[in-house]
Amino acid sequence: MIETLVFYMFAIICVASGVLVVTARNPVNSVLFLILAFFNAGGLFVLAGAEFIAMLLIIVYVGAVAVLFMFVVMMLDVTVTELKQGFTKYLPIGLLVTVIFAVEVLGATVAWHMAPEAAANIQAATPAADAVSNTSALGKIIYTNYAYLFQAAGLVLLVAMIGAIVLTHRKRRDSKKQVIAKQLARKASEAVELKKVETGRGI
Amino acid sequence: MSYIDRHIRAFLLTELLQGMWKVFTYMFKPCVTLNYPYEKGPLSPRFRGEHALRRYPNGEERCIACKLCEAVCPAQAITIEAEPRDDNSRRTTRYDIDMTKCIFCGFCEEACPVDAIVEGPNFEYATETREELMYDKQKLLDNGARWELEIAERLRQDAPYR
Amino acid sequence: MVELWNDYLWPLIWIVIKILVIVVPVLIAVAYLTYAERKVIGAMHRRKGPNVVGPFGLLQPFADGAKLFLKETVIPSSANRAIFLVAPMLTFFLALIAWAVIPFGEGLVLADINVGVLYLFAISSLGVYGILMAGWASNSKYAFLGSLRSAAQMVSYEVSMGFVIITVLLCVGSLNLTDIVEAQRGMWFVIPLLPMAVVFFISTLAETNRHPFDLPEAEAELVAGYNVEYSAMTFALFFLGEYANMILMCGMTTILFLGGWLPPFDIAPFNWLPGPVWFIIKICALLFIYIWVRAAFPRYRYDQLMRLGWKVFLPISLIAVVVVSGFLVAFDMVPAAG
Repeated sequence: MIETLVFYMFAIICVASGVLVVTARNPVNSVLFLILAFFNAGGLFVLAGAEFIAMLLIIVYVGAVAVLFMFVVMMLDVTVTELKQGFTKYLPIGLLVTVIFAVEVLGATVAWHMAPEAAANIQAATPAADAVSNTSALGKIIYTNYAYLFQAAGLVLLVAMIGAIVLTHRKRRDSKKQVIAKQLARKASEAVELKKVETGRGI
Repeated sequence: MSYIDRHIRAFLLTELLQGMWKVFTYMFKPCVTLNYPYEKGPLSPRFRGEHALRRYPNGEERCIACKLCEAVCPAQAITIEAEPRDDNSRRTTRYDIDMTKCIFCGFCEEACPVDAIVEGPNFEYATETREELMYDKQKLLDNGARWELEIAERLRQDAPYR
Repeated sequence: MVELWNDYLWPLIWIVIKILVIVVPVLIAVAYLTYAERKVIGAMHRRKGPNVVGPFGLLQPFADGAKLFLKETVIPSSANRAIFLVAPMLTFFLALIAWAVIPFGEGLVLADINVGVLYLFAISSLGVYGILMAGWASNSKYAFLGSLRSAAQMVSYEVSMGFVIITVLLCVGSLNLTDIVEAQRGMWFVIPLLPMAVVFFISTLAETNRHPFDLPEAEAELVAGYNVEYSAMTFALFFLGEYANMILMCGMTTILFLGGWLPPFDIAPFNWLPGPVWFIIKICALLFIYIWVRAAFPRYRYDQLMRLGWKVFLPISLIAVVVVSGFLVAFDMVPAAG
């Protein structure tokens, strides 16, 4: 019973904060609600017995991605009134896109049919839940059957990362940079000289 | 060779560890704290602390309302009003120092021809309100009475250099 | 009625008792950590440190606490009230819930979950939100700059921390903290993985915004950084959270590298002391190093901090992951998956 209660708590907070992400007037509040939604989704994963995915969701999305979101949003000076100015002007286009999207989704749902091999996959023998933790189960699947796809996904991310750096990085000619290796290479014996100066004589 | 030596030193964090060791040895040296409210450091006779208005030994105020201190005060902390007294001597009716403005430069003391306004050795006069730091003539005269012994001794010690 | 008591109420009360048994000592430890810090740094500066309240100043933390709790909480007029007040609570709360998975001794753990390391890592990565929210909600440039620095710093150092944790996990084959400690029965991981232990320790310094990486609150330039607008109770919560985090990070280092509650040698004089005592001794030793480092080193400049995180620690820890896993495979020492 407690599990059901906890489930509904997570689910309701998750959905409610999802709605608030869209409706909140302040963009920073939106991001905070987004984080709350992520967090509760993590809770739902834990309830479903997928604690590894739950932790990854929190570490990756809440701990890193959303922090960067918040970073950007906090720096922006967005005023809601300005955003609302073109609302009526763009309403028809917005509605059109919505309608097209809705029709497509409806069409996809109506024409839905399961892949024929899916049924077999579901029926495949799995070890009991307490025999193998879902961390190692995930590892066994990802690094065997899906190794190539997994590597390809990693490669895509790597390319995206390199691309972002190449596109935004610029070298400034006029700035002086600290070369720490050079500084480390200096020794006291090369840099400092101790001299005994007699009083009143100067060097 | 020096290349290898340098990298070994960098990766073994020798410089950081040397620094930490130095700090560690300092932990066991005797501490040099003055336990302030119970122990106090020596004060120079020229130390410029809380102000005081002095009197002559016969009880007459020294201040003759020449207003030199008011004129010289760079922070404009001093306000003086003067009127002839019943015996026709010029004396102040009002001598205020705003201690929140005062910068303790000691110019008032230097300007005074009769050694009336002085900055004494007292620096422990913190108050709870700003109002208490607006000193009036009575407060300054009281200070003079309270610190006269010390002030006289300080003036005597410093006299050869004035 | 009896059923209700047996099935729901008593377990609930029992859990609350267990939580209090962990939280209260942690908070007292935080109080005395501040005292120890002031005393030790005082000694290293050849000062006395607090010595007026109580014998040797032992009651000083409580005097400070009482002061902070009795003062007025000032909320800046242009601050975002809700977020401003939530931020310190979040920091404090996160610093405490992480203790749920820390094993103090054999079986002495509130929740022995099998992704304990990830849980700790997740909680410590959430800590950045309290600081970000505080900086933004204060509506002050100093607080904002402090929180931006803090966020970037914590995110950067988490990356190398993650890789260091992976090297340890490679040697253990389990994400469970109790398993990690048990795997060190023969030899603490600090010996084979010494460079990683050093990288991890320095990263935890950056993760908890401690010297020499305390740029978020660099008093010289940012006044007090993200908590500049906080006073009284709200400030106390930040302070408690920060110090509880320090103790937590030392606990994490102990579990990952110093063999948790295990004695250094499993022979007579050492194994007389019970496990939790060893655990506490190790945490205290690490905390002493935290304080020692604070007294010894000047603050990093911000670009140097980023360089250290991204250009030094990240490559070193990445190489270490490859080397350790290669070593384990080559000598057929890969542990069985837990």
